[in-house]
Amino acid sequence: MTLVEERAVAAPPPSRDRKLRREWGVANVFSHGFLVLWAVLTTFPLLWVLVSSFKDDGEILSDPFGVPGALRFENWARAWTEAHIGRYFFNSTVVVLGSLTLTMLFGATAAYVFARYEFRFRQLFYYLFVGGMMFPVFLALVPLFFVVRNAGLLNTWPGLMVVYAGYSLPFTVFFLSAFFRTLPESVAEAALLDGCGHFRLFFRVMLPMARPGLISVAIFNFLSHWNQFILPQVLMQGDESKQVLAQGLASLAVSQGYEGDYSGLFAGLTIAMLPVLGVYVLFQRQIQSGLTAGQLK
Amino acid sequence: MRHGKYPLIIAFLVPPLLLYGIFVLSPYVQAFQISTTDWGGYTADANYVGFDNFTRLFRDGQIWNAIQNNAILLAVVPVVTIALGLFFATMLNMGGRRGQAGVVGVRGTGVYRLVYFFPQVLSVVIIAVVWREVYHPNNGLLNAALGAVGIDGPTWLGDPRFAFWCVLAVLVWSNVGFYVVLFGAAMQAIPRDIYEAVLLDGASRLVTVVKITIPLLWDTIQVAWIYLAIAALDGFILVQLMTDGGPNFSSDVIGLRMYNTAFASDTRFGYASAIGVVMFFLTLSVSVLALRASRRDRIDYS
Repeated sequence: MTLVEERAVAAPPPSRDRKLRREWGVANVFSHGFLVLWAVLTTFPLLWVLVSSFKDDGEILSDPFGVPGALRFENWARAWTEAHIGRYFFNSTVVVLGSLTLTMLFGATAAYVFARYEFRFRQLFYYLFVGGMMFPVFLALVPLFFVVRNAGLLNTWPGLMVVYAGYSLPFTVFFLSAFFRTLPESVAEAALLDGCGHFRLFFRVMLPMARPGLISVAIFNFLSHWNQFILPQVLMQGDESKQVLAQGLASLAVSQGYEGDYSGLFAGLTIAMLPVLGVYVLFQRQIQSGLTAGQLK
Repeated sequence: MRHGKYPLIIAFLVPPLLLYGIFVLSPYVQAFQISTTDWGGYTADANYVGFDNFTRLFRDGQIWNAIQNNAILLAVVPVVTIALGLFFATMLNMGGRRGQAGVVGVRGTGVYRLVYFFPQVLSVVIIAVVWREVYHPNNGLLNAALGAVGIDGPTWLGDPRFAFWCVLAVLVWSNVGFYVVLFGAAMQAIPRDIYEAVLLDGASRLVTVVKITIPLLWDTIQVAWIYLAIAALDGFILVQLMTDGGPNFSSDVIGLRMYNTAFASDTRFGYASAIGVVMFFLTLSVSVLALRASRRDRIDYS
């Protein structure tokens, strides 16, 4: 199909061009094959989960490939209430709202100071912050558990919020201080000459100018906080009613496996997947560039 | 003009520093200290034992088994993921029609890029549970598909021959999309006229990829390599949720060893921290090695 269309569009080609086009026509069919194959590999398992969430257990067991006999939204309702997916969703939202606010506030202020002000030990503090990116979180797990417990924050949402924020600061400070450094010096100097204080300069001038960078890093942190598993697993062991979505899904997978309630499991997975995928489809450009920008810097 | 900057520096820097120092830096420092003790539980006292944990660790067969699996992940995952990522990114950004622009993407580039990135926005927990069901021996997608063509599929995650490779495949699956987009963004930054010049000189597409695209992308590939290596040294969530290291430790990884030593059946915090320290040095040396190796290559090209 592509071949025909290309021919139709092209002007009469010189001979070498035709040879090249033929070479690339074949390669196109070939490469499109791989592209389609990977697209199917990526979407099919997710689509299968969505379709299976409408089946009843009999259909899932006897014909995993088949189409559901009816749209059984009761599976979703069961997952939402009985398997507490709704509650876990709420918990995740609360925790992420808090941790994201903390991360952005602390990350932006620290990055701004590192990027625009001279002071003693600046380099030392900066590398102390940014060095945290290099360490595997596993190393900190055991002492972290006791630090959080001694602070009285074990099994609490504020505990999760400060810990998420702490472990996001290295990347956030690294990314944002690079961003603040690119903002023009002259604007800041002019504002200071006009009698603008340092605090007002930050909130009224610098923050608005840094908006694209702030959005990128906020998206990045949102996804990583929302998908956090190991930290809540260690710090939110006791109180099941406060657990976040990732934990809830993991325990749902275990318990539904025992009970054989596969339709409930698939419905739970779908409920957890769809909002994130929906938001992603809407904001794909920003999300993709937000997630890749940090690596390219 | 510089008047009054110190109140701002203090107000802006001290709260983040406190938070970071208490919840990030201090645990890391303590971990090194705990790794030299025999701390074994919530109430028991911790005695200083020097490097005992580390000598025991080097004789621990289970640890070596886990490290070996991580080594396989380290050797396979970055290579396969980067190769697939480069291949798809090349197709999407310059595999298309030879128009006047010289190099353009294939049709539907946007759709592919959208779809490939799906696993990146999903939580690893969702990915692990989805694939556990895909691999399910009786009602899983994979064996249903195999059954449709008359093949009796194995019990994938329950079979020591396959379990580890099943997890490895998911690790690759979940990462490729990100690198397609990352490499794609880097390719877009390459000036078009370089390609036009080389194509006018009659170079084939394969040659342009090998001689132009890859060298110009080398910095990005190097970053990708480090990120994937760190991911390969971890692998904890996928393994814990898909196989829990089994069957018979065939898919165990070092992160799971550490987690189980500290938080599962026993609470040997000293020993677990020693495993953490080993992981730390492994991660560090892998990143340093990756930087070194790729830097040498970069000089060759430029």
